[in-house]
This record gives sequence, structure tokens and C-alpha cells, in this order.
Amino acid sequence: MDWTAIWLTLRLATATTAILLVAGLPLAYWLAMSSWRGRFIIEAVVALPLVLPPTVMGFYVLMATGPNSPLGSLYEQTTGTLLPFSFPGILLGSILYNLPFAVRPFTAAFAGMNRRLIEAAWCLGESRWRAFWRVTLPVCWPGVLTGIVLTFAHTVGEFGVVLMVGGNIPGVTRTLSIAIYDDVQALDYASASHAAGLLVAFSLTVLCITHALGRRRLPV
Amino acid sequence: MSDELVAQFEKAYRRGPVIHGDLRVSGTGFSVTVLFGPSGCGKTTLLRCLAGLERPETGTIRFNGLTWFDAASRVSWSPQRRDVGFLFQEYALFPHLTVGENIAFGLRNWRVEERRRAVADMLDRFQLGGLESRYPDQVSGGQQQRVALARMLVRRPRLLLLDEPLSALDAALRDELRSQLRHWLSEFAIPVIVVTHDRTEAIALADQVVLMQTGRVRQTGSVEEVFSRPVDSDVARIVGVETVELGEVAGVSNGLATIRVKDVSLIAIAPTYPAHRVHVCIKGEDVVLQRKTPERTSVRNHLPGVIRWMTPEGPLVRIGLDCGFALTALVTRPACEELQLQVGEPIVALLKAPSIHLIPKD
Repeated sequence: MDWTAIWLTLRLATATTAILLVAGLPLAYWLAMSSWRGRFIIEAVVALPLVLPPTVMGFYVLMATGPNSPLGSLYEQTTGTLLPFSFPGILLGSILYNLPFAVRPFTAAFAGMNRRLIEAAWCLGESRWRAFWRVTLPVCWPGVLTGIVLTFAHTVGEFGVVLMVGGNIPGVTRTLSIAIYDDVQALDYASASHAAGLLVAFSLTVLCITHALGRRRLPV
Repeated sequence: MSDELVAQFEKAYRRGPVIHGDLRVSGTGFSVTVLFGPSGCGKTTLLRCLAGLERPETGTIRFNGLTWFDAASRVSWSPQRRDVGFLFQEYALFPHLTVGENIAFGLRNWRVEERRRAVADMLDRFQLGGLESRYPDQVSGGQQQRVALARMLVRRPRLLLLDEPLSALDAALRDELRSQLRHWLSEFAIPVIVVTHDRTEAIALADQVVLMQTGRVRQTGSVEEVFSRPVDSDVARIVGVETVELGEVAGVSNGLATIRVKDVSLIAIAPTYPAHRVHVCIKGEDVVLQRKTPERTSVRNHLPGVIRWMTPEGPLVRIGLDCGFALTALVTRPACEELQLQVGEPIVALLKAPSIHLIPKD
């Protein structure tokens, strides 16, 4: 079993999920509540990774983070290292590629919620910020949980974008799914089947937990 | 400094009607103002503007000398700052919190001991004892309404806004709660504004009626004024009942009640709930006119009176009578000609007991 690849994959998935939770909740809340007419443009951009081939996405991320690009050169100046073929590089690609898996379930949950509940909290003297934490988030919890789990699971199984942006460096950018691809290329079917089996078991477990948890009230 | 809520504003909707708010309500003590009108006339929008949940385009809202909203100087207080209690149509109870937690929701800054006492007082007042650890979907519709009332009232807001408070309940419960609701609210010295499209609800709850139609306030006044003396035929059509007078139950026997309206006695079906003061509602089409008092008839109420005015309305004639109280009758044109009805002439109005509808007032 390639423990280095598993550890790297878990780190990538955790970091991606955490960042998308923090950035995705406000974006989703705004998308669900805004009455701005141009909102659909943002929605389309968020959904783009769903239809775009991972290689296309990865190609653009690679171009945008290269040492000659504004972002890449800025990163190089501040940290002294290159963004492509590094962990921060694949993290950036992973965040962009997973945007819809987090934001869309969040948005659906916020949009489907009874807005009178939020207004009731306001009329009971709670600020918008507190109403979000005390009412909106607990009520939308199943949808938010779905977004978290989908993002995490989807990052664990990610292949194309990571390969394009990160290449295949053990311990740095070689995630589990890339390790499987490598093993198959090297005709090491035993190792590939271990890792593949692990991914299937992991995915199934995660989905079972989500479905079970989604039905329960949030413990508050 | 006037202790009044004075609202004058316009709220426009994209591709929708313009709502003209025009309201003057006492800002202290208990009083019920009912915003009454057909569905879609803008009464809920008006209520939401008062709460600060919607922002009008022009105008002002002032409450007891405070400017809540002024479009010209860009003042618009948030709902939090206005400190109003809002009862939503479907109650909007927090589904993830228990009954007790729902009631305590707005008391976050209170000391634990005070909060506990306040919630216990509300549970007691609204007969919710023993339900505090249930979730809203585990209690009945009537209990949900009481939880919502308790949650709103426990903070003693400065103004209560109720949006169709009884419409989510089934018909039997609605009858029972109409008079109960007014009684509950009267224990708090807070002005109340209620939105309803239900005539019975409006008559049972209101001290003052504000009648709205297609986004405009058409008439403001007491229950009797608005219902019995509509300003025009549009308003008359909306109120749908031609005579509403306050009366007192003088006695009940065998399911029939004797009602005193001014100096006139009427026989009506006794109300299901014991009441002293009642609103007597009579539809114009239920009034039969006759030249002389009949000798033997099944009709219980014979009211001699004088014709005060007559207004033709298509195939019908609307006739105002003075029978000791103002009574309006609707008769057909041929009937009117056959009886040779004239203003100033004496006439007898016949009313069957079941056609007198009583609405308990308290």
C-alpha cells in the first residue's frame, strides 16, 4: 500500500474541503439570496468545472500559475518557490475544480430554506450574522454536509487536474488516483487493485454516513 | 412627540402594483387595527414595510416620535432596531429548536435566571406546559400558533404585527381561537396590527379597520363604520355584509339568543361560545321587506322602520332603513316597484333568526 500517496491525498482533500467551506458558504448564501439579475453569470462560472474536461481546466491553471504569469511570478517572489508541480499548486487546481461540488449543494440548501425563518430571527433582535449561525446554518445542515462530503470524496478521487498541474512527484503531488494510474502503467495490478479497492470502500462508507447523518437533527 | 404610528409610503414591485401605505395607529396601550382586504391587495406588503422587512421607495414611517423610515433622508431602521413582534402566516418556528428554545430565542442577552422565568411564564400563559422539550413538528397547529405568539411576546416588543394569524388553522379551531386571540393579546399593553382577508376575523378582532383594495387604503374607521357604511360600492362589495352593529346578549334559551341592538330586540341562533358583547351581521339579501307586519309567519324578527335612502344597483336596489338601528336591504327592481317603495315611507323588515350572524367580541 502506498501510504505516502494516501497521506498526501487526505491532506489535499482536507485542505480543499476546509477552504471551500469557508469561501463557498458566503458565495452560496449570496447566490441564494441575491436578487441581482446578472446572478446567472456567476452561477454558470461556478458550474463550469462540471462540464469542462479536467485536462482543459488543468491546462489553464498551469498556464495561470507558471513563472511567467502574474500570479506565478508573484508567488515566486513572495515564497521563493514555484507554484506548478507543488502541493499549493495542486491545492489551487483542486479548489477551482471542486467549486461546484461545494457551492451548488450549499446554494440549493440556502435557496430551498424558508426565508421567513431568517426574518423571524431578525425580528427577534438577532443580527444577520447571528441569524446565519443560529438559524440558517443549522436548518441547511443536510445540504451543507452533502457539499462537504461531495467535495472531500471528489478530491480524493481527483486525477486530471492534479496530473496536469502537479505532475507525478511522490510525496508532493502523487495522489492515490495517480498512483493507481502509475501502477497500471507498470503492470503492477496487485498494488493498483489494493488502492482501487480502498477508494471504493472509502467512497461507499462516506456516502452511507452522509445519508444517515442528513436525516438527523443537527446536535446544537 | 406623538404616541402614534404614522405611516405614509409607496412600495413598488417590478412589473407589479404600487402599494400605497397610509396608516395612523395609536402607539401605546392595547388596541387592534385590522388591515382587511382581498388577497393580493398589498396588506402583507404594508405589514412587512412596517417591520422593516421591505423597504418602500418613498414616504415615511414614524413610531412614537422615532423616524423608522424616511426615504428623503435615507433613514431605514433594521427590523432588529425597530423592536417589533412579527407573527408569520405559517408561524416560522425554528424546526431545529425545541418549543422552549424557540420561545427563548430572542432572549440571548438575558441573565439565565430571568430567561428561565420568562419562558416558564409564557409556557404557563399559553398552556404549553410539558411541551417545552418537543420540536415544532411534534405539536399541533394550535400549539404551534401559541409557541409563535409566546416567542414574539416574551420580549415585550413595542408593536405587534400579525400576518393572517388564524389562516393556517383548520376551521373548527379558527372559530374557537378568534375570540381567544384577542383575549391573549389584550393582556399585553401593546398595539396590534393584524392582516386578514377573513371578514369574521376582522370583525372579531378589530377596534379599527383599515380596508385595502388593489394597493390602496380605501376606508379607515370602526368596525361598524367600515362594514355598515362603506364609502362606495367597491368597498361595499369587499366587505360583503351590509349591516354590522354592536349588540349585547340579553338572554339565551333553547339555543336561541335575544340580542339588544340599541333599543331593538333580535332573536338569533346563540353563539357556540359564551359571549356578552357581539357583532350582529346581517346580509342585505337576507332582509325581506313587507308593507304590513304579517299575522302568522315563521320569521322571528319583525322590525318596523322607515326608508331613509334608495340606491339602484343594476337589477337590485340597495335600501337603507331606520329600524331603531341602520339596516340595509337588497331587493330586486320589480319588487321595489310592486311595493311602491319610497324614501320616507314606513315599512316592515323581516329577518329569519338563522340569517343573523353573531360574532363574539370578547
